Amino acid sequence: MIEVKNLSKEFSHKKVLKDISIKFEKGKTNLIIGESGSGKTVLIKSMVGLFKPDEGEILYDGREFISMNFNEKKVVRQEIGMLFQGGALFDSQTVEENVIFPLSMFTEMSESEKRDRANFCLQRVNLINANKLFPSEISGGMKKRVAIARAISMNPQYLFCDEPNSGLDPRTSILIDNLIKEITDEFDITTIVITHDMNSVMEIGDNISFIYKGEKWWEGNKQEILKTDNKELNDFVYASKFMKRIKAGL
Amino acid sequence: MTWLTSLGRYYMLMVRTFSKPEKFSIYRKQISKEIESLGIGSLGIVAIISMFMGAVITIQSAFGFESPWIPLYAVGVASRDSIVLEFSPTIVSLILAGKVGSNIASEIGTMRVTEQIDALEIMGINPSGYLILPKIVAAVFINPFLIIISMFLALFGGYVAGVFTHAVTSYEYIYGIQYDFRPFNVTYALVKTVVFAFIITSVSAYHGFYTNGGALEVGRSSTKAVVYSSIIILLFNVLITQLLLA
Repeated sequence: MIEVKNLSKEFSHKKVLKDISIKFEKGKTNLIIGESGSGKTVLIKSMVGLFKPDEGEILYDGREFISMNFNEKKVVRQEIGMLFQGGALFDSQTVEENVIFPLSMFTEMSESEKRDRANFCLQRVNLINANKLFPSEISGGMKKRVAIARAISMNPQYLFCDEPNSGLDPRTSILIDNLIKEITDEFDITTIVITHDMNSVMEIGDNISFIYKGEKWWEGNKQEILKTDNKELNDFVYASKFMKRIKAGL
Repeated sequence: MTWLTSLGRYYMLMVRTFSKPEKFSIYRKQISKEIESLGIGSLGIVAIISMFMGAVITIQSAFGFESPWIPLYAVGVASRDSIVLEFSPTIVSLILAGKVGSNIASEIGTMRVTEQIDALEIMGINPSGYLILPKIVAAVFINPFLIIISMFLALFGGYVAGVFTHAVTSYEYIYGIQYDFRPFNVTYALVKTVVFAFIITSVSAYHGFYTNGGALEVGRSSTKAVVYSSIIILLFNVLITQLLLA
C-alpha cells in the first residue's frame, strides 16, 4: 500500500498540489483522474521522487520515502515499475535489451536467465517476435507493452502508469487497460494509473481519486462515480456528448 | 539564470557524475561503446581536416619564408610547431566540440525530453553517472590518440603539399620537422587535449542534461553546447599555455 499524507508542492510560487492525502491499496488499480494541468503528473512524479514535495509524507508500506537518503530511496525504487506516457524506452537498445536492462543493472543473473526473464515478460504482455526490433521500428501500442514488460521485469511491488493509453486507438487502449488490471491481480501489486480516459475509468477503476486544481476533490469507485452529485466531477465525467447520452439513458 | 547558478549546477552534476557507479561491468561496456562512437567515429573527419590543414600550413609557411636569409628547412620547423603546439590540440578539439559536443547534447537532451532519464532515475540508477561518466572517460582516453594521429597526418599532408608544389624539398622538410625538436611540446599538446576532452564532454552533457521542453530546446541545447565548450576551450588554451610555456 502507498499512503500520501498532506502532500503540497509549488512551482514558482504557484501551488500545484494542495494538501493531498490519498491511500492507494494493494492488489487494486488505483486511478487518479482530473483535467489536464490539475496536478496528476506532479503528484505521481512527487511520489516516485522525481519532484521533491514542499510538505507532506509518502509511505511505501509504512516506509517514509521523502526523508530517505539516496541509497535508501534506491532500494524502494527497485520495487517500483513505471510506465511513462511515451513509453520512455531507450532508443539505442532493442526491445529485449530494454527489458533486460534493469536486470543487468541490479541482479547477478546469467545472460540466459536474463533472456528467459525478458521473454517471459514480453510474452506476458503478448509481444512475440519483436525482441530484436528497436523502439523506432514498433508501433505506439507495442511501445507501451514493452514499457510494461520492462516495468514488471524486476517483479515490482508498485506500478505507476502515466496516461497509459494516450495516443492509442480505442481497441489498443482497452488491451493496455486490461493488461494493467491483469498484472495487478496476478502479481498482487499496488497500481496507480493516471488517466482522463473515461473508458479506462469504467474498465479498471477499483479506486478513483479526482484531482481538481491541485486538490483531492472526490474519492470513490466506478459505481459511485456515475451517481455522484459533485459538480466539478460531473463536469469532467460528462464532458463528452457520449457520456451525456449514457447518463441520460441511466 | 546567472552564470553563477549555472556553474553551481554544473559542479553538482559533476559530483553526481563521478559518484560510485552501480555496476562496473555495465560501465566498462558503455565506455567501450563511447570510445567507438566518440573516438573511432571522429577519425575520418580528423584525418581529412588534418591532412588539408597540414598542407595549407606548409604552403603558407613557405610563402612567408621567401627570403634568401631564411633556410628552407625553417618551413618544416614552422609547420611542425604550428601543428604540434596549436593546430592539432586546439583546432581539432574545437572541431570535435562541434561534432562530438552537439552529438552528446542532442542525445542526452532527447533522452531528457522523452523521459528516458526519468526512467533511469526511477529504476534507481544514477542517470548522470550512467550517461555522462562513460563519455568523459572515453573522450579523455581516446582524444590524445586522435590528436597524435592528427599530428602525424598534418605533418604528412604538409610534406606532400610542400614537395609537390616545390615549396620545399623532401630532405629539407624532414630535416626541418626534426630540427630542435622539444618532446615537452608534445606533452603540452596532450595536456591540453585531455583538458579539452573533459570540457567538450562535460559541458555538452550539462547542456543536454538540463534540457527542458521539446525538440526546439534540444536544438538550442546542442547549439549552446558547441558555443560554450568552444569558448571555454579557448579560455583554457590561454591558461594552460601561460602555465606550461610561459
